[in-house]
Amino acid sequence: MSMAGAKRIKVGGSFEIKPGKILAHIVLLLGAIVFVFPFVWLVSTSVKPDYELFSFPPVLIPSTFRWDNYTRMLDYLPFFTFLKNTLYVTVMNVVGTLISSSMVAYGFARLKFPGKNVLFVVLLSTMMLPQQVTMIPQYLIFRNLGWIDAFPPLYIQAWFGIPFQIFLLRQFMMTIPQELEEAAKIDGCGYARTFSQIILPLVKPALATIAVLRAMNAWNDFMGPLIYLNSTEKMTMSIGLKLFQSVSGTEWGMMMAAATVMITPIIFLFFFAQRFFIQGITLTGMKG
Amino acid sequence: MASKASVKESLAGYLFIGPWVVGFLVFTLGPILASIYLSFTDYDVLNPAQWVGLKNFTHLFQGDPLFWKSLGNTFYMVVFGVPLQILMGLCVAMLLNMNVKGMAWYRTIYYLPSIVPVVASSFLWMWILNPHFGILNNFLYMIGIEGPGWIGSEVWSKPSILLMQTWAAGSTMIIYLAALRGVPTHLYEAASIDGATRWKQFWHVTLPQLTPTLFFTTTMGMINGFQIFSESYIMTNGGPVDSTLFIVYHLFNNAFGYFKMGYASAIAWVLFIIIMIITLIQLKLSPRWVHYN
Repeated sequence: MSMAGAKRIKVGGSFEIKPGKILAHIVLLLGAIVFVFPFVWLVSTSVKPDYELFSFPPVLIPSTFRWDNYTRMLDYLPFFTFLKNTLYVTVMNVVGTLISSSMVAYGFARLKFPGKNVLFVVLLSTMMLPQQVTMIPQYLIFRNLGWIDAFPPLYIQAWFGIPFQIFLLRQFMMTIPQELEEAAKIDGCGYARTFSQIILPLVKPALATIAVLRAMNAWNDFMGPLIYLNSTEKMTMSIGLKLFQSVSGTEWGMMMAAATVMITPIIFLFFFAQRFFIQGITLTGMKG
Repeated sequence: MASKASVKESLAGYLFIGPWVVGFLVFTLGPILASIYLSFTDYDVLNPAQWVGLKNFTHLFQGDPLFWKSLGNTFYMVVFGVPLQILMGLCVAMLLNMNVKGMAWYRTIYYLPSIVPVVASSFLWMWILNPHFGILNNFLYMIGIEGPGWIGSEVWSKPSILLMQTWAAGSTMIIYLAALRGVPTHLYEAASIDGATRWKQFWHVTLPQLTPTLFFTTTMGMINGFQIFSESYIMTNGGPVDSTLFIVYHLFNNAFGYFKMGYASAIAWVLFIIIMIITLIQLKLSPRWVHYN
């Protein structure tokens, strides 16, 4: 296991052996194996024939790869409906927050108006508010609007700006030199055009960051769908899979197949947009 | 005094922040006020709300043993979970910060579990922790240890969830890694000229520099920790013997299980006040140990 570390010293050609570094490598590698193992076990279980599920000692690589857990899962539940619903909610969240959070951030970052600082402090303080405090009245509002078993409660707030994301975009916009806007003003650009044609293109990386964070949150959201969705054809994946658990109880192979299908898109998203994930977390320290 | 241009700018400003102002009034301020009112009423959604004064609160503290149980369970998770995640995040980040080869890979591997949807990770851990067929107990058996009942056991159900949360603590690691990279190298140079050992460098250079991050992750970790819900809802249904019934779970049951909206609102405010008191204490204590440059 220390091969990587040992090799490095030889290649380096120097005799400066750093035991600290080798030890770090060993610990990291062992840790990495522990961290990756649940994923491996997940996929392994999902493609195992049933008789190998409970065998002792456990089988890591199945003797034959079986995909029927995946096909049977599709028979059990309208999986593609869940997928479609989840994608819809996710897209509505991302589009909503991109439009509204960037607008609000522009207002706070670049324009002067009375009461701005007070309002910004209010915005910051709402970030600390636990959602449980507003959860019940929000439910009553949406219920009155007839939005039970409907998607709007799951994305409507994104269309009014998400405080964390407004904050993040504002910080980015503050760093843009003022001269650019002044030049635009002289050219007769209104605020709307300055915003859409000068500011927005300059904060593209930040927009990508909030899009990724929002997509991940919407995709993973559990409590929202749990409260608002109840008919099978309206369910998103997270709540649909929960339903699956009560239908298929201890059919572990199928449960793991379902979990694999839910995890895969988010992992792809991560590999394509790794930089934005990392940036989002280091900047806001939050998963939201 | 206000020139035409500045009036125009103010107007534009209000228009741009308009969506948030409307959203704040409708989805935050309005609900906050409504929630305060509801907490003093009996309200089952179908009949009009009945004003009952402090009844919900007195019942909460004097007549609801499940509330105390859920409060205790939640504190357990915060008291053990937050330090565990911070320690884990910090240790991995320190190892990664040694500029090891393949750092991008390690970073990805340790981070990935934190983006897994809670439903999927809960399923996975239910299988791993299965007392009879789970891989963990099988492994323990092979090295001669009889594994516990994990999520099926009253004693081990909370540690099981802690284990799963620690696996998914990768975002804390990323925050510490960023903070460690931000420590100015000249501080270490100065320390090593003074003959400080690595251990001393850690105590006198690294740790003080990390205190703002430590403060931030503790505060946010606690705020999030008090709101734990999904894991126990999916894995254990709050059991066994209510050992994973957390405050938010109790709130959820009352609101959406029994439609006691007034009582559930009272629970929400108690939760909010607990979070606020703890956050304020942390803020108050922070000047004693947090170093800002």
